[in-house]
Amino acid sequence: MVTLVGILDLARFQFAMTTIFHFFFVPMSIGLAVVVACMETMYVIKKEEVYKKMAQFWSKIFLLSFAVGVVTGIIQEFQFGMNWSEYSRYVGDIFGAPLAIEALVAFFAESTFIGLWSFTWDRFKPAVHVLFIWIVAIASSLSALWILAANSFMQNPVGYAIDNNMGRAELTNIFALLTNKQLWIEFPHVLMGTFVAGGFIIAGMSAFKLLKLKKNDVQVDFFRKSINIALFVGLIGVGGALYTGDQHAFELQSMQPMKYAAMEGVDETIDSSKRADKAQPWSLISVTNPKTHKVVARIEIPYALSILGNHSLTGGKTVGTTELNKKFEKKYGKTHDGIKNYYVPENTLFYAFRVMAMGAGLLGLVAVVALWFNRKKTNLILTQRWFLWILGIMTFFPFVINTAGWLVTELGRYPWVVYGLMTIADAVSPNVSAASLLISNIIYFLTFATLGGVMIWLSRRVLHAGPDAEKEAELSPRDPYEDLAGSEGTAR
Amino acid sequence: MSFLQILWFILIAVLWSGFFFLEGYDFGIGMQFIFNSRNQDDREALYESIGPHWDANEVWLITAGGAMFAAFPYWYASLFSGFYLPLFIVLMALIYRGVAFEFREHMPTIQGSQLWERFIAISSFIAPFFLGMIFTAMVSGMPMDAKGNLSAGLFDYVTPFTLVGGIAVTLMSYVHGLNYTRLRIIGDIRTRAMTQLKVFYPILLAGEALFAILLFFYTDFFQTKLLWTLVILVAIVLSTVIGWYLTVNLKKEVVPFILSGLTLVEVVILLFVGLFPRLMVADNPLHSLKIINASSSPYTLTVMSFVVLTALPLTLGYQIWSFWVFRKRIIADKVVE
Repeated sequence: MVTLVGILDLARFQFAMTTIFHFFFVPMSIGLAVVVACMETMYVIKKEEVYKKMAQFWSKIFLLSFAVGVVTGIIQEFQFGMNWSEYSRYVGDIFGAPLAIEALVAFFAESTFIGLWSFTWDRFKPAVHVLFIWIVAIASSLSALWILAANSFMQNPVGYAIDNNMGRAELTNIFALLTNKQLWIEFPHVLMGTFVAGGFIIAGMSAFKLLKLKKNDVQVDFFRKSINIALFVGLIGVGGALYTGDQHAFELQSMQPMKYAAMEGVDETIDSSKRADKAQPWSLISVTNPKTHKVVARIEIPYALSILGNHSLTGGKTVGTTELNKKFEKKYGKTHDGIKNYYVPENTLFYAFRVMAMGAGLLGLVAVVALWFNRKKTNLILTQRWFLWILGIMTFFPFVINTAGWLVTELGRYPWVVYGLMTIADAVSPNVSAASLLISNIIYFLTFATLGGVMIWLSRRVLHAGPDAEKEAELSPRDPYEDLAGSEGTAR
Repeated sequence: MSFLQILWFILIAVLWSGFFFLEGYDFGIGMQFIFNSRNQDDREALYESIGPHWDANEVWLITAGGAMFAAFPYWYASLFSGFYLPLFIVLMALIYRGVAFEFREHMPTIQGSQLWERFIAISSFIAPFFLGMIFTAMVSGMPMDAKGNLSAGLFDYVTPFTLVGGIAVTLMSYVHGLNYTRLRIIGDIRTRAMTQLKVFYPILLAGEALFAILLFFYTDFFQTKLLWTLVILVAIVLSTVIGWYLTVNLKKEVVPFILSGLTLVEVVILLFVGLFPRLMVADNPLHSLKIINASSSPYTLTVMSFVVLTALPLTLGYQIWSFWVFRKRIIADKVVE
């Protein structure tokens, strides 16, 4: 096997695997932090115990996801040096800075205040205590901002100059990095994706729980209120994600046309001015032959691509992948000789994009119905069990659509690791053996499978135990911080 | 070498020092999940003592790694790709350790919790051991080409020197953790910590002596920086001996804890002083990676200096505050008389 797949494939597989697994938990934990913060804020405003209990209960899921997110994030950071040392040498001057700043200004705050928040429920006034979780939520979002500043540089390099003596790219303007157009279409979109994750995971889990509860169970009220708060956040997320996603796609046409063309399944350029209907059709289904890069089958909806991509009923031009490949060959042929193939994985991008966009639309629809059914007056949500099943299944949707979005972003920059500057093939560590990579891939895979499995299993357990479950008596019989009578109680 | 390059070399040493001081006791507490706990209450108290802190402690590692990437990308690239397997083992240990803290709390049975507690203990041994090994291998001269690509085989990492280096860092972390237990936890576990310290202080001292001897054979520290090396080695031994005396004879808590942390910091200082003005020592001295030509551009270093000099004091501020919030001792026994 080692001889069949090279270092590059193994390193790419590892990067894909670790990023996707890490990115399950990033939106989940940021989103859950926001929803839990909203719950605790409700407690501060309304002073009803149920909201406090709610924040405490859902924080168990939040803390589980945070733990898995943190540990997989460390791999993510070190992987650049381990598997992509040539990349690190070439762009370290630029790429390292946002990563280090993320740790310094965001991650420290996040991890310190998460510790403060989860261990001090009875030691601070509610109005002070709630600040801790908001600091966590804001710091996590800032984390995402810095990481995406680094990622945006890979998508759309700005603020740099090439130093030929050192043979590397150097930062010339940090503000350019922070005002990167790509960053400000990517960051809001990802942030909204985290809201979607937080909202629908809590709403979905609540729905599963409601299916198990008797109608007059005291917990019913708890989970119905949870659904309302979670879907409030979730709906903001869906609306925001659709809006920012639309902007994102619009900008892509000029920034990364190959990604856009593949997302829309356009192989031959569509120029609306040359068509009888003066519009661009949009492919609902499209199958591209990965060898010839030609679309072999498609189902089209007339006018729709003009509406989506040109924001008008007619008009617009989408340059197809064939033309773009020729253009890129001419443009990069001299600096990156030998590369004749600038095609991205068309089918993956096409369907990943549709899964993301349509999945978000579906979530929006379910959220509106859920909020309608959940009105106090009718109690429809308790009688319509089929709907609780649908809402429950939605727990898993944010993972699918966020992953789909990540695939579009990252696979869409093929063959570049830094767009137009450095190819993926040039970025890989030359001194790491295929055996090392193979071993680490296998162990990572088994580890992720274990962590994912345990995570789902424990989340189910937490949910089934419910908000009134005491922590196992044997584990913690008392408040560990209670004052000890006598002088020994305080550290000297 | 410019001022900024030297500043960043020092800052990275500071970040690693912070990491070993903080995560050192944290690893030491983890090891006690097996080696100094009799019952679930003990283990719960051990967890509670580091629960609010371990995560932030680990961020020192993440920041140190990020700072190396930002300030010395060539160092980051050579070190992390060159030490692939030991680093991978450290990462695995940190993964299982991190999730184990969270998972153990939600397990349905005591046996289930104990399974994850075993993970905590084992990974708390593995991480400092392999980190110690990586750092000692880094200063002892590894096969490296002119571009900085390391091609080390198993027996380049695993030498008597790196093994003793790994064991020394692990022992220091364990002693540091036992001191933390004495500082934070009330109960039998605290008495047992004292009993163990009586055994481990002399062992640690022997380990340090062996490390110093091997340092002579495996590095050029004694040739190039004799005075500095001797001074720091004496400081390491003194911190251990004074800590030992204060703990066993005078039953002090705070000062021995600071001293055992200081021992770890002094090891970091020793290695960084020995490295200077290099970053990685190659078996062929011409190939050694040097501060002067492995750093980021002056512009990046300037930007990073502004960020770190504003953010680090603030960060230290709220971390210290968090330790102040959790200053009360934890009681490990169900019934306290």
